[in-house]
Amino acid sequence: MIGYLARRLGGAVLVLFGLSLLLYGLFYLAPSDPAVLTCGKGCTPERLAEVRHAMGVDDPVFTQYRHFLEGIVAGRDYPAGPNTRHCPAPCLGYSFETDQPVTALLADRLPVSASLAFGAEVLSLVAGIGAGLLAGLRRYRWLDRVVNGLVLAGYAVPVFLVGLLLLLLFCVQLQWLPFPTYVPLTTDPLAWAQNLLLPWVALAVIQTAAYARLTRAGIQETLAEDHIRTARAYGLPESRIVRRRALRGALLPLVTLTAIDLAAIMTSAVLTETMFGLPGVGQLLVGAVNQIDLPVVVGVTLLTGLLIVIANAVADLLYAAVDPRVELR
Amino acid sequence: MRALRRDRGFLVGAAIALLMILVAATAPLLAAAAGQDYTTYHDNLLDSARGGVPLGRLGGISGDHWLGLEPGTGRDLFARVVYGAQVSLGVAVGATILEVLIGLLVGTAAGLGGRWADGILTRLVDLVLALPILVIAISLLAIVPQDWPRPLLLATVIAVLGWGGTARITRGETLTLRTRDYVAAARLSGAGWFRIARREILPGLTAPVLTYAALLLPTNMVVEAGLSFLGVGVRPPTPSWGQMLSTATTWFRADPMYVIIPGGLLFLTLLSFVLVANGLRRALDPRQSEVLR
Repeated sequence: MIGYLARRLGGAVLVLFGLSLLLYGLFYLAPSDPAVLTCGKGCTPERLAEVRHAMGVDDPVFTQYRHFLEGIVAGRDYPAGPNTRHCPAPCLGYSFETDQPVTALLADRLPVSASLAFGAEVLSLVAGIGAGLLAGLRRYRWLDRVVNGLVLAGYAVPVFLVGLLLLLLFCVQLQWLPFPTYVPLTTDPLAWAQNLLLPWVALAVIQTAAYARLTRAGIQETLAEDHIRTARAYGLPESRIVRRRALRGALLPLVTLTAIDLAAIMTSAVLTETMFGLPGVGQLLVGAVNQIDLPVVVGVTLLTGLLIVIANAVADLLYAAVDPRVELR
Repeated sequence: MRALRRDRGFLVGAAIALLMILVAATAPLLAAAAGQDYTTYHDNLLDSARGGVPLGRLGGISGDHWLGLEPGTGRDLFARVVYGAQVSLGVAVGATILEVLIGLLVGTAAGLGGRWADGILTRLVDLVLALPILVIAISLLAIVPQDWPRPLLLATVIAVLGWGGTARITRGETLTLRTRDYVAAARLSGAGWFRIARREILPGLTAPVLTYAALLLPTNMVVEAGLSFLGVGVRPPTPSWGQMLSTATTWFRADPMYVIIPGGLLFLTLLSFVLVANGLRRALDPRQSEVLR
């Protein structure tokens, strides 16, 4: 167990290391100079040199990268005019654009993306398991067909298209819901949910279909097993068989999938957030990329990479926890 | 083959998919037939009092402009949509071909190579599969020079980040194929690794890789549409469906047809390719007759 975790952690660090190196290399090779953008019009060569120094882009790329790594581990000092300013330990630098610490920017935006991902995940789990269960028990034939159709359509429809159609239907035609704007959960839980409802649904459509399909397949598979026949022969009520036995077996694969999907949603939130204008991490990235704001781009990429790595590890651990046959290697 | 001919979903999907490919291939002809091109502004047909929404019903659909006009600029939507099909399909097909090539190369090398080669390549595949594709693709596309050929670049970026799945499947199949007697016979008769890969392994890979690639195609289309939606896809004035939908986010209240036409076409095309992929899977891979994996 300990050894497994250590190996996993080592792999994770390696992935993140590779990611950051890749981005640094690419931005270094990029033709546009962020210092020129920051310095603006009427920039004198002396001023430009100063800006480059303050941004730390006057060093060779490997020195820059080394400083960056040191900053994450131990924090680093930036020259700011005659003084220096200290950026404490998990330092990802300062935004070229707004001069705010990247960690603060990320902390600012993360709740929005997290709200989006969690809500969508909960919604798709409830709807997906419900539909899959009904379809799996063959109560409603039409539901089976709907699930099948949804799986195919869900595979084919991009999030932003669902989002646009939802906005068109509910905000323009029916006017049932306001145009989404982010309200923090702590300010007003009701407004939070009301505003995020459409983004949740847009994100959930695809996952719901996938969960429904998995649940249905799982239920049908477990219902055909011997221990279910035994339970029936003992005369246990069908509802109890389904709840205690079939559902349990059917939901196993969902446990791991949920962890991985949460991270995947956070990544694909780039599209949802842009679509609905929600100020999350994805929107931060899109803005930063257009401004060649290297520290922010690297920060967001590392954060999403980290989330994916954590989610994968959690998925493995959960799988081992719910299924005693699985051994962690 | 007979199973495919009886699969109604596959047939409908294949028909629509072929039609879309035809539309994309003949885009200049179609635009010429409509008497329009995708760059000319028709300001006179826009309602300037309403901020540039096309005059007339349904987004300005008329005998001259078969699918209406683009709000704000008045460019002919039919011409833009058929040229957009060229971009969407071209990029997706290009990316898929590249992914399959890289995947086959890495997958067979891992499957046939020794323990070391296999270990390193499998790690590499795991790494690629763990990458947040969209996030990296955005960063990549934003920093390359603007004057590079955009569609080619899009296809390359999508492929470079997305070949992991093909490689994994190829490796798995290669590992089972290499234990077959006919491969052993080929090796005993002195065939080299390259010859074995080409003559003995590759034919066996056709079915699984083909089914997987068929599903990759719509996935890549979604990625392309997403990247264009985020503004890092093809450069204006070249149209693409994702880019139109991105513009549509500011216009959908005033001109819903501008969402419905490119969005509907994108959905229809994607759905048709998924139906084709699903049919192929059922026909070629009877072990997994379940819908999509």
